[in-house]
Amino acid sequence: MADFDHLSGLVLGLYNYWIVIALMMTGLYIVMACGNLVKKIVGLNVFQTSVFLFYISMGKVEGGTAPILTGDPAEVFSNPLPHVLILTAIVVGVAGTALGLALAVRIRESYGTIEEDEINEADISDARLGKGSRA
Amino acid sequence: MSTSSGLAMGLVAQLPALQVVVPLLAAPVCSLMRVRHLPWAFTLAVTAATFLISLALLLEVLAGGTISYHMGGWQPPFGIEYRIDVFNAFVLLIVSALALVVLPFAKRSVEREVPASTHALFYTMWLACFAGLLGVVATGDAFNLFVFIEISSLATYVLIAKGSGNDRRALTASFHYLIMGTIGATLYLIGLGFLYMLTGTLNMADLAERLPSVEDNRAVIVAFAFITIGLGLKAAMFPLHTWLPNAYAYAPSAVTAFLASTATKVAVYALIRMLFTIFGFDVGFEVEILTYVFLPLALAAMFSASIAAILQEDMKRMLAYSSVAQLGYIVLGLSLSLTSESGLTASLLHLFNHALMKGAAFLAVGAIFYRLGTVNLAGIAGLGRRMPWTFGVFIVAGLALIGVPGTAGFVSKWYLVGAAIQAGLWPIAALIVMSSLLAVLYIWRTIEAAFFRPLPEDADEVREAPLSLLLPGIVLAAACIVFGIHAAPIVEVAQTAAGALLGQAQ
Repeated sequence: MADFDHLSGLVLGLYNYWIVIALMMTGLYIVMACGNLVKKIVGLNVFQTSVFLFYISMGKVEGGTAPILTGDPAEVFSNPLPHVLILTAIVVGVAGTALGLALAVRIRESYGTIEEDEINEADISDARLGKGSRA
Repeated sequence: MSTSSGLAMGLVAQLPALQVVVPLLAAPVCSLMRVRHLPWAFTLAVTAATFLISLALLLEVLAGGTISYHMGGWQPPFGIEYRIDVFNAFVLLIVSALALVVLPFAKRSVEREVPASTHALFYTMWLACFAGLLGVVATGDAFNLFVFIEISSLATYVLIAKGSGNDRRALTASFHYLIMGTIGATLYLIGLGFLYMLTGTLNMADLAERLPSVEDNRAVIVAFAFITIGLGLKAAMFPLHTWLPNAYAYAPSAVTAFLASTATKVAVYALIRMLFTIFGFDVGFEVEILTYVFLPLALAAMFSASIAAILQEDMKRMLAYSSVAQLGYIVLGLSLSLTSESGLTASLLHLFNHALMKGAAFLAVGAIFYRLGTVNLAGIAGLGRRMPWTFGVFIVAGLALIGVPGTAGFVSKWYLVGAAIQAGLWPIAALIVMSSLLAVLYIWRTIEAAFFRPLPEDADEVREAPLSLLLPGIVLAAACIVFGIHAAPIVEVAQTAAGALLGQAQ
């Protein structure tokens, strides 16, 4: 019975961290396995989001409310610092996503595809024809 | 009179902040400039000012010890602290000096390789990247470091993609780097989360103080692993270097020279800061990781990347692989620092020397690209006599990369071999010499092509590169020789910094 309690505590009590790990692995898998550049960016986003969730659950205080000062000394509120940090990280993530998608657009303009294997093929046939470099 | 000196005193006190804020604020201003040469001239002025600031900081730190600057007047550990010690100030000087030397080269080279309509934005990104690199080095706050890493990285992706005017593969190289770089930075963020959960602080000095009390916790090891791999990706530490060769090969020449001599150095700085200041050797597992993970990986980098460099036909790719190999020496020095101070001294020396020699080498290659539009070994056949100064710079940089006595590369390798012998690891000293012989091979291949192959019959009339492209390379090549013969001042700074870092670690 004690074993069961321990196990259920591990699974249910820490469920937020299990979700974080699952999302993290999913995101990384998408980045590695998908040949489509836009899907890669999506995978990267899933990966980053898992870290956001990790920080947010880290700052949570049991029974605490949103970290807004009400003047009530008995009020318990969550640790605001991880939230603020992750706000910065989200902004950075959005900038990275925008840049990645912009690059995907430019790649599509010059290669006509956003599939990684087709891009590689195009590069290889370029090299065979001696193209690529300006000279 | 008194007010002006009072103002000057006030400014001196603000130097740590100004170091980062000046280029950071200059970046958006630069984007508004529409007059032809103005963005470049403005960037040069800002970089010169930043260089003077970093010089003043180094002198001040050498004279008066560590500076702690409180951003916005908030006391650490609550506010963000900028902490400048000898190590910091040294790396700040490397970054700003190299940026200042490369910029005069950038003017003509960028005019050739980047469309004129985007020059203002190009230099905006350049300044943002520069500010980010300086920020990583100056800050004493671990989360602030992440933010600056991302600022410099985002700008770097754009700068690399700007090479698409020459070769569209620059776009895919940049995209690849974006994926790898973002994963690296996010891994660092995860590790930082663990550290924050354990200690409740993000201030580096505070972290170093509180970590020993929780060192039995397995989460420390997890945090260490995430942070090391994250920063290792940024630093292109073998085997996490796969993004580097393409990114360096297809970026505009000036960007390659700038990044090769600063960006990986800054990532290595962050890694050293984490290894020595924050974790320190008090945490027992770190000793094992340095000996059983870093040491073999460093040796693998020295050999496999050198061999890869020998096999390259493109000079830029060759030098990029050589960078990975040279980073191996720096990492080797880190793992040897457990037993002797000269290991870390060698790492710091090589950090400086490699910035000089790889900067010089890439500037020479950039000058060749300016004239030829290609840097293939086949394309440079017989060019040695047509462009004697350019190849002179390349040869000096190449000799330094090999580690010939009288060049800067020799000094750091000397200390590295000394550290290996002191640690009782004779075979490693021999391996260092052997891997230097591999460097001889890839440098020789270039020299052979340039001087000993006949010029093709139908070759275009190629003249020596213009002076503004030559001069920065000559300055760096001269520095390679000066610091090879008169190494004492740099060795002294490196030793002071290494001593302080090891003092913190033990």
